[in-house]
Amino acid sequence: MNTTAINAGSTKTGTPTNTFAWLLKREYWEYRGGFFWTPTIIGIAFLAIFLIAMVAAELFAKQHGINVNGIQLDMLTQSLSPENTAKLNAAMDVGLLTLGFPIGIALFFVTFFYLLGALYNDRSDRSVLFWKSLPISDTQTVLAKVAAATLIAPVLAALAMVALQLGFLVLMTLFAAVNGVNAVSVLWSPMRLIRLWTTMALLIPVNALWALPTIGWLLLCSSFVRSKPFLWAVLLPVIAGVVVSSAKAMQDLVVPSAWFWKHVVARILFSVFPGGWMDQSMFKAMEHMDSGRTDLLAPVLSLDTIQVLLTSPEIWIGAVAGIAMIAGAIYFRRRRTEAYA
Amino acid sequence: MTSVVKATGLTKRYGTTVALDNVNLDIQAGRIVGLVGPNGAGKTTALKAILGLAEFDGELSVLGMDPRSQRYELMQQVCFIADVAVLPRWLRVSDAVDFVGGVHPRFSRDKCMAFLARTKIKPTQRVRELSKGMIAQLHLALVMAIDAKLLVLDEPTLGLDILYRKEFYQSLLNDYFDEQKTILVTTHQIEEIEHILTDLLFIRDGRIVLDATMDQVAERFVEVMVNPDKADATRALKPLYERQIFGKSIFLFDGADRNRLAELGELHKPSVADLFVATMKGTYA
Repeated sequence: MNTTAINAGSTKTGTPTNTFAWLLKREYWEYRGGFFWTPTIIGIAFLAIFLIAMVAAELFAKQHGINVNGIQLDMLTQSLSPENTAKLNAAMDVGLLTLGFPIGIALFFVTFFYLLGALYNDRSDRSVLFWKSLPISDTQTVLAKVAAATLIAPVLAALAMVALQLGFLVLMTLFAAVNGVNAVSVLWSPMRLIRLWTTMALLIPVNALWALPTIGWLLLCSSFVRSKPFLWAVLLPVIAGVVVSSAKAMQDLVVPSAWFWKHVVARILFSVFPGGWMDQSMFKAMEHMDSGRTDLLAPVLSLDTIQVLLTSPEIWIGAVAGIAMIAGAIYFRRRRTEAYA
Repeated sequence: MTSVVKATGLTKRYGTTVALDNVNLDIQAGRIVGLVGPNGAGKTTALKAILGLAEFDGELSVLGMDPRSQRYELMQQVCFIADVAVLPRWLRVSDAVDFVGGVHPRFSRDKCMAFLARTKIKPTQRVRELSKGMIAQLHLALVMAIDAKLLVLDEPTLGLDILYRKEFYQSLLNDYFDEQKTILVTTHQIEEIEHILTDLLFIRDGRIVLDATMDQVAERFVEVMVNPDKADATRALKPLYERQIFGKSIFLFDGADRNRLAELGELHKPSVADLFVATMKGTYA
């Protein structure tokens, strides 16, 4: 008799997309500290350090009567050859990108421990029983955790990096201005900044694809273990590595143990490190580069590197393994509600 | 009448321990059923099976659905409070209301806010700032605002003081329950809820040992208080249970001839607690 009323209601709330959005919001509420405050505070701390350093440098210069007035940076850049301008720009890019490195390291730790606890913490404090009393499928729950690790956390970290870069540029500009130097044209090249940020945005899905084995492994451990998820998650692959190493030493089989450590152990533990794939793809890309290129950043940030990565079988094999482990996490999420605190 | 929960041969083993042993159940709509049993009797296992939180053998249908394969659909119609204070501690009250409202198609935000307005809970508080009793109030407010067909409560008031306990069941009865709804509740404080139950289920060692409506219980069971001189005569009628109080003996009978008993002493309606003790004697021996 009241089925129509129920159906009318269900179009407003409780639809899968709507539910997924609420699940993402829930992850943000719970892990706001890691996702938002950690990169924000690191950014603010670094800006504060730069500010103090600049003030100190200024005071030091005044005390010792050092005067850098009069250097016309504009003139300097105008007199540069195109090749050197490119080098300067590339150096700026590297500098700005390096600035974000501490936030990147923090993002690794935040993501690692977020995933490790994502399907475990609510079992150990029993609040899983509350979440399970709501019409939310376990697939949605687990995929929301994947989305939080691959989207929410890196996007917020990237925004913090951009804010830090902007703050740094503002400080540099002011510092230069105080010393009578107009650095606007050198520091604020819109084209370069847009290119840098576009690349950073592009790296988020690439990093996510690369991170799938670690995401899958940590979620699997998180959904499966009854206690001590960290020990399980770290010890199992390490023990596997040790076993393979010692077996290889004895038998000298096809798979070298170094290969196993690098392509299995490291991949399932450290792939959530942003840009962790670069070491390999970058050097491969460099081999193919024309020697005439001066863009220092090219190997790090160019589409060539990403292309090399995306055409390598490694990333796809890892992704398939990661997706399989995520499916395993969904399986255990469905069946396991207990954990020892 | 439609069955809300129908179980046939429901069995659950943990290794060699049998938690549920061939349980048959048929719970009808519009009832308030008390599932009562000693610790480790299988209450929670039975509820977990009904809620699709545990695997089991045998047949079980909840609102016509299989809780194993149709859990997602089932949770649109079924609500549960699995224990006191299981709300996540980091959750803010207003966020909890928003979230449940966002994911549950049968949730009424107005109702929930009206329930919360009767408590001291503030929307800006986090669960970790609330007392255990207030957490139970919040959980109940969330659950009562959901128009579910079946509400399952597993020890929902354990560890709360008597004021919170009374208020909990009073709200449930006055503001939530109607003929369209069914409530299945387990608790050890049976004295406090026996007046609101319509049906009683006793479970012992994974088996249902009593399945009756409260009316049937009142018809079947009777207590007689006799003087010591008539104790042996009463004992000959094979009472279920015997206890002594103030030098008199109280015997509990199941389906005995009341006229015959009336000749021996004073008849009483036994409390569910007495019935429970009589039924479960020797459980821990």
